[in-house]
Amino acid sequence: MYVYADNAATTAVSPKALEAMLPYFTEVYGNASSLHSPGQRAAEGLQWARETVAKAINADFKEIYFTGCGSESDNQAILSGAAIGTRQGKKHIVSTAFEHHAVLHTLEKLKKQGYEITLLDVHENGVVTADDVAAAIRPDTALVTVMMVNNEIGTVQPIADIARVCHERGVLFHTDAVQAVGHIPVDVKALDVDMLSLAAHKFHGPKGVGALYARKGVPLVNVIEGGQQERGKRGGTENIAGIVGLAAALEEATADLSKDMAYVTALREKLIDGLSKIPHSRLNGDRDKRVPGTVNFCFEGIEGESLLLLLDARGIAASSGSACTSGSLDPSHVLLALGLPHEVAHGSLRLSIDRMNTEAEIDHIIESVPQVVDYLRGMSPVWDELERGLTPHLI
Amino acid sequence: MPLYSDTVMDHFQHPRNVGKMEDADGIGEVGNAVCGDIMRMYIKVRDGIITDVSFITFGCGSAIASSSMATEMIKGKPIEEALELSNKAVAQALDGLPAHKLHCSVLAEEAVRAAVKDYYDKNHIAYDPAIFGCDMACAHEHDHTPTEE
Repeated sequence: MYVYADNAATTAVSPKALEAMLPYFTEVYGNASSLHSPGQRAAEGLQWARETVAKAINADFKEIYFTGCGSESDNQAILSGAAIGTRQGKKHIVSTAFEHHAVLHTLEKLKKQGYEITLLDVHENGVVTADDVAAAIRPDTALVTVMMVNNEIGTVQPIADIARVCHERGVLFHTDAVQAVGHIPVDVKALDVDMLSLAAHKFHGPKGVGALYARKGVPLVNVIEGGQQERGKRGGTENIAGIVGLAAALEEATADLSKDMAYVTALREKLIDGLSKIPHSRLNGDRDKRVPGTVNFCFEGIEGESLLLLLDARGIAASSGSACTSGSLDPSHVLLALGLPHEVAHGSLRLSIDRMNTEAEIDHIIESVPQVVDYLRGMSPVWDELERGLTPHLI
Repeated sequence: MPLYSDTVMDHFQHPRNVGKMEDADGIGEVGNAVCGDIMRMYIKVRDGIITDVSFITFGCGSAIASSSMATEMIKGKPIEEALELSNKAVAQALDGLPAHKLHCSVLAEEAVRAAVKDYYDKNHIAYDPAIFGCDMACAHEHDHTPTEE
């Protein structure tokens, strides 16, 4: 048995999405901007996709802009919000400390250009409150951007409440919903967001395609200059196969959403109960305000990369926020933002499941993780000192 | 290309000489939990020969593999030879480490030296302090890798 439990990193393209995509690689190869019939067939596919995505998130099809990925959508939304602010003499942006790097690094770029950035504390439970946002908004605030679901710990943010406090103060609001769309209900009208980012490969669509929702009347600035594709807001010949795959996957993911959510939530609760039995472990993020499939634990005294490699050898694909897996000397900024000490954050494990996973797979995870944690603790000088009482347990 | 060589994976998945040693003659511990890796090395010495060695390590795959390889490379060797073990030799014996993991082999070299120093100190054996010029906590302070041979 090989259990893929890293769906927050990426997912397999579903058979339905693949089937929808295939004709657009071969017989429907026209350029959607062309007037001839092969081009018009491609344009029809593009329009079907745009309407399908719009319907799934309760938007108008003219409010959907296809992009190359979720990161591009985030970049474009934030740069657009900043440009609108600049025209009004506003150069302050509010966000959170645990956003995706697509958001944080765009904000860093704007900071160098003279914008002031406020990153809100995400509290120990990994949930920002609308009051936090309200308190941070100033007369010169141009934009608030808060992710809907955190990618590492899975906590769900109160997006509708945050949008309300933003709009009461005349501030534009963007949400990075890359980890939310296809997993929990996302209705742009009910949430009342101005811009929203999503990415196909997080819900069994293909990699290399995303979308940006921008409410009618929100002027976008281009990240990619070019022709008149995407109403002039994103140059480049459309990736029709990818876009159709995105729409087909989203249609499939939202068809039975409440049933899927109940199924995945039950598996997740079993997983949390099973892993919580490991001594000196900690579930990261609020247990209830959580997307159905994402679980993040810290295990004291061990390091995440060795945990991942041993789990892989036992047939489990997961991820970690340790320094060795982040490619830097510091562990994940998300776990540090929760207030976890470095030595605890190094021992993190993220398991992200979805409707494709089975109960037998969860049982395999619950059986394997404690064995691997025990084994690594048995050869850990950090655990040795904790057990001998030479250093105090932190969790 | 996989992250690690087959040799690294072998030593990571089947570490040699792993475990604590109750009657060690010298114990060396290097690294820092905040940085994400700590190695502790135990040696047993008879007539100037390292007759037994073991380790425990908190860290990534390459940290565990480097510890394991270093113990194999000094077991049964005279102390003087163990002191000459370089991080480069450990990395080479592992068929290479990714560039950002070379510090793991530095830790292995330092753990060996720290264990020998502890043995010398406990047994009041005189030594030239210059041979332990490095303060054993420097893996993250400066990079030993580019020039050492």
